[in-house]
Amino acid sequence: MTGKRGITSPLRTAIAVVVLALAAGATPAAAGDDIAPDVPEARKGEHCVKPVPYMRRNHMDMLKHKRDKTMHKGQRKKKYSLKRCMDCHAVKGDDGDFVTAKSDKHFCNVCHDTAAVNPDCFSCHASTPGGELKVQSKEASR
Amino acid sequence: MTEAPHNDTPALADEARRRFLKRAGLTAGFSLFAGSALAAGLPKALDEATSSERRWGILVDAGKCPEGCTACVDACFEEMGIEGPRVGDNHSRPDQDSQWIRKVSLKNEDTGHALALPVMCQHCTYPPCVDVCPTGASFKRADGIVLVDRHVCIGCRYCIMACPYKARCFVHEAIHDQEPYMPRGKGTAEGCTMCVHRIDHGMKPACVVACHEEGAGAMTFGDTNDPESAIAGKLRDNTTSAIRADLGTEPGIRYMGI
Repeated sequence: MTGKRGITSPLRTAIAVVVLALAAGATPAAAGDDIAPDVPEARKGEHCVKPVPYMRRNHMDMLKHKRDKTMHKGQRKKKYSLKRCMDCHAVKGDDGDFVTAKSDKHFCNVCHDTAAVNPDCFSCHASTPGGELKVQSKEASR
Repeated sequence: MTEAPHNDTPALADEARRRFLKRAGLTAGFSLFAGSALAAGLPKALDEATSSERRWGILVDAGKCPEGCTACVDACFEEMGIEGPRVGDNHSRPDQDSQWIRKVSLKNEDTGHALALPVMCQHCTYPPCVDVCPTGASFKRADGIVLVDRHVCIGCRYCIMACPYKARCFVHEAIHDQEPYMPRGKGTAEGCTMCVHRIDHGMKPACVVACHEEGAGAMTFGDTNDPESAIAGKLRDNTTSAIRADLGTEPGIRYMGI
């Protein structure tokens, strides 16, 4: 019993430290703080679709919920979509172009690298904003 | 139509809206017209779920489709981002690349009569790919569009073997620079989506648009459940058939003149 407790309590402390550090990382002012990730500011918009602490904890579930609704029911309202994330949170690189998920600077990677989470969204999904349809009808109405 | 057509809702929406206004005008004198978008043939709202009251389909007039014209195929490749340079590593052969739509040439050896027609996912009412899928990744939407949910696809390729139309493809290599509206990735099966991302926004599929604007106008797209749609009219007035109708898959893609 004591052995067990001996293993879990440092683990719990470590998790608490990481969670606190992530919370502290919300403001760029905290950037220098040892392990806190330097989360890039959103490019536009006053606030996120939900409060930041809620997003931090639940964004993955929101994306998954939206994913199934869109895929199976064709509900394409943009509010909680991955595309909408990219619209505001995409980061520009030194060359002025948006960086893709291959870059450490990509918004998603900044936290995920710190938390050692490896989402595979971007093996299929585009990780930059945009998305004008390639085939546009010349006549608007026919 | 006084209002300028919005970028998101051309073609279909306009056709339907005109009919809606006409019908609304006709019925206004008799009753309170409070029909849903569906009743009016309008595209569904963005957050509305698809329903089986619609059945999307394409009618191909093989007599109009000229040999050598590849407008539909080119448009599909462009729209969906199915091109060589997007493939990361280059270990596979070009003939392993995805083909969501292809032109198939037929010739009757006895009479010499030849024709070429586009063949893509036939969006079957009873799709064999859905029957064999072990994970439920291959599925049919309520409005008849057959899709692969790549989030649950394990890349077993049963659907590719089961499809009598050879309409499913497999992605062999890592892909980059996908179109944001059309995620594609290594290790999953894929096929024609009937441009579901366009249909949900009230637009016609890319192949149909290109067929009308650059090709011979051989393709008609629409809701076959709506008796007033152009496609339902053509299906009613002409002899049409499905490829391998003997299999009883009841495709949403039908052909005229084959």
